[in-house]
Amino acid sequence: MAVAETATETFVGTSVKRKEDASLLRGRGTYVDNLTLPATAYMAIVRSPYPRARITSVNLDAARAAEGVVSAFSGTDLADDWKGGLPCAWPVTEDIKMPPHYPLATDEARYQGDGVAVVVAESRALAKDAAELVGVEYEPLPSIAGVERALEEGAPLVHEDVGTNECYVWKLETDDFSAALDAADVVVTRRYFQPRLIPSAIEPRAVVAQVGPTGDVTIWSATQIPHILRFATQLVLGIPESKIRVIAPDVGGGFGSKVEVYAEDQLAVTLARRLGRPVKWTEERAEAHVATIHGRDVVHELTFAATNDGTITAVKSEAWCAMGAYLQLVTPGVPLLGAWIYSGPYAIPNYSVTFTGVFTNTTPTDAYRGAGRPEATYVLERTMDALARELEMDPIELRQKNFVKEFPYTMASGLTIDAGDYDATLGRLLELLDLDAIRADQAARRESDDPRQIGVGFSTYNEMCGLAPSRILGAIRYAVGGWDAATVRFQPLGSVQVVVGTSPHGQGHETTFAQIVADQLGVDVDDVEVLHGDTASSQQGMDTYGSRSLAVGGIALWNAGEKIIGKARKIVAHQLEVAEDDLDYANGTFTVKGSPDRTMGIREAAFAAHAAHDLPDGMEPGLEQTAVFDPPNFSWPAGAHAAVVEVDTETGDTRLVRYVAVDDVGTAVNPMIIDGQVHGGVTQGIAAALFEEGAYDEEGNLLTTTMATYLVPSAAELPSYETDRIETRADNPLGVKGVGETGTIAAAPAVINAVVDALSHLGVTDVGLPATPERVWKAIEEVRT
Amino acid sequence: MRRVAFTANGTRHDLEIEPRELLVYVLRDRLGLTGTNVGCDTSSCGACTVLVNGESVKSCTMLGVQAAGMEVKTIEGLAHNGELHPVQQAFHEHHALQCGYCTPGMVLAAVSLIDSGAATDEAAIRHGLEGNLCRCTGYHNIVKAVADVAGVS
Repeated sequence: MAVAETATETFVGTSVKRKEDASLLRGRGTYVDNLTLPATAYMAIVRSPYPRARITSVNLDAARAAEGVVSAFSGTDLADDWKGGLPCAWPVTEDIKMPPHYPLATDEARYQGDGVAVVVAESRALAKDAAELVGVEYEPLPSIAGVERALEEGAPLVHEDVGTNECYVWKLETDDFSAALDAADVVVTRRYFQPRLIPSAIEPRAVVAQVGPTGDVTIWSATQIPHILRFATQLVLGIPESKIRVIAPDVGGGFGSKVEVYAEDQLAVTLARRLGRPVKWTEERAEAHVATIHGRDVVHELTFAATNDGTITAVKSEAWCAMGAYLQLVTPGVPLLGAWIYSGPYAIPNYSVTFTGVFTNTTPTDAYRGAGRPEATYVLERTMDALARELEMDPIELRQKNFVKEFPYTMASGLTIDAGDYDATLGRLLELLDLDAIRADQAARRESDDPRQIGVGFSTYNEMCGLAPSRILGAIRYAVGGWDAATVRFQPLGSVQVVVGTSPHGQGHETTFAQIVADQLGVDVDDVEVLHGDTASSQQGMDTYGSRSLAVGGIALWNAGEKIIGKARKIVAHQLEVAEDDLDYANGTFTVKGSPDRTMGIREAAFAAHAAHDLPDGMEPGLEQTAVFDPPNFSWPAGAHAAVVEVDTETGDTRLVRYVAVDDVGTAVNPMIIDGQVHGGVTQGIAAALFEEGAYDEEGNLLTTTMATYLVPSAAELPSYETDRIETRADNPLGVKGVGETGTIAAAPAVINAVVDALSHLGVTDVGLPATPERVWKAIEEVRT
Repeated sequence: MRRVAFTANGTRHDLEIEPRELLVYVLRDRLGLTGTNVGCDTSSCGACTVLVNGESVKSCTMLGVQAAGMEVKTIEGLAHNGELHPVQQAFHEHHALQCGYCTPGMVLAAVSLIDSGAATDEAAIRHGLEGNLCRCTGYHNIVKAVADVAGVS
């Protein structure tokens, strides 16, 4: 029997180059739009150009008669296909308003981009041509876009029959909160608006649906959630999950926007069933701006109560959060993902958080990178600086004074942070930053009245991710669990297949997960193949979002590996005729205690398990184990970030000069990949601070309809970053914490605090998001006049 | 329909295409060169960047018929005898790609930038790549990879 050599290398903690790159660098990615099945028909959606309009008629005659058209349908034509609406899995309160939401509107369009009809043709161009021939008569109705105005008396209602634009009110408050507020020496209240963000994965959404001869359905979707999409497709179309296979092949970025059960996926399936042909749809970018979920759009009022020495005694947040026109998969729950961290890394004993969800005639919002936590961290870290100014205290000193010092720490909000060292992360940041030099430069520029002023801003954050303990999800009314699953399988000759329930779209799971298993089983990283993103190979899983893949899925994987070792141990003990306890295991080799020459490799045990010639009585052949892990706690990464900006006080032009990030994401499995996550996450936070704003007019007409008006930053607008880490082990077998969202959570307040710092000598105390040259210039003008 | 002949990755193609067909769809749908991705409708993102007669072009801004007589190189044609081009190799070494969707366009834009001699320092590299958007990497490692190949720090 030939078995491969046992690896002596240790992979966890090293920057193993990615397995994923080989195909992606050669242009051999398997993105959905690259797939064309025989006899494919192409779908185009007719969308409402109005933020709100009654649909008085839909005339499909001209479209149906056009060249190459297979068929065309209105919302009414397809109404009987839907066994349920597009699901919202998170009814956050008992009395939440949940208006029905179907893949196509029938009576009324409620946001610009709401689907009204669908055309299917022989090519994507012909489908698009024919969609232009669909005659929809609209009667425009009064509409509304802003969350605050939507709650005013007499505001147009997004859903007339609901009778209000208030979707829900959710509150979390500690006992005797008001007393703590009343007793404070200093109370600081600030108001903030965080505009809409358009997630802008560079791969637009796409779907191919195919129906097999027995009514089985295969859906290739650019999705982060193949398992949840399978589940939801039964709810919407009534097809048993057992007949549905969802494949998420290579997915070109998601950032939350592909954690969704979208109308187009369900339309493609229902049309494939009706037409007996594969149906394909690929989103265009302008379509993505209205038809793919947005993030943020939240108004906050944040209050700190403190003593004169800078001890923060209470935090109170009230937020008005745009839902958009409908509730998508977790729309109402997004604010709740930040609900427990309005005290951040600080020990604040009294706590009050209220969210009001608000319907507006806009594209639905949902989870966009960070989801709830960037919102909370932004207002918290901005207000830390405001409180420091009020107390005439150094903002760093104020943070250090209030840090949680000992772990585990149970917050006033009720959850427990397992591990961290907030002084250490900030300490390392200050070492890297050379603050004295920055302050000296700042003083000199102020002294000389230099038009180009500099500022430095900080953000010390923590966040809760690794979604999520199922019991807690149940307690906060989320519909399903937060566990994940993994299978580890030794093939007879010693290569290893791993099947995971998470579904990557750029994060490098194939590499990171292989590193973990390679170390555990003593095999080479190249001998571990990670399968994912296909419900046929991965039957169980809860997919990828909320920085959960490593902190939840990675632990499931580890546990499955431990089960493998456990079974192999029984086989080895049996064949070497020793007790299981008499075996040591390390690096893929079992050794009899006290007899270093009596050994058996785990690969030999794997072959023995498959041959099954000599197994312990009653043992099933094969060496394959599955583990499902339900995390007992969230994951609590933290860090300290600083931004240095240069502001042209004559034009408002603001350049980010430096960005320094020190994070604690627990054990670093692959430092290179972690740094990459931080770079990308930070960039999306910087983008929110300086460039990106999904803007609507008051009625709900989107103003930023293309990438020419919605400014995703390019390399030219950004500096290189300085990153470092400290590692405190999380309370799980690998010691790991989530990292996918930390940068986005941390970055925006650091940048805006820096802009305000640059202008503070002029009297500027606030600059709105994003800090465009116009906004910065106006902020300066306001204090000058 | 128009008859158009051009070379893609060294192979001559003689095609009947619609005058309105964009080069990117000719490459993807007619020639099966799906390595060239489409990211936007407005020539903003650069995902569809290819080399036309050696220079980077966003293939969504060019009609297929305009490629007549030209030499087009896509990501599939960049590796030589199975060996990655130095820019591809540097992207791997420096972790300059995550989801990979912008990567073919970014790599070809970088090849063009380096070949033109304009990648003289970090600022020039950043400026030279501003037509190509990446949503995953924050560009940090892309810039490092390009600087490495260009021999600048």
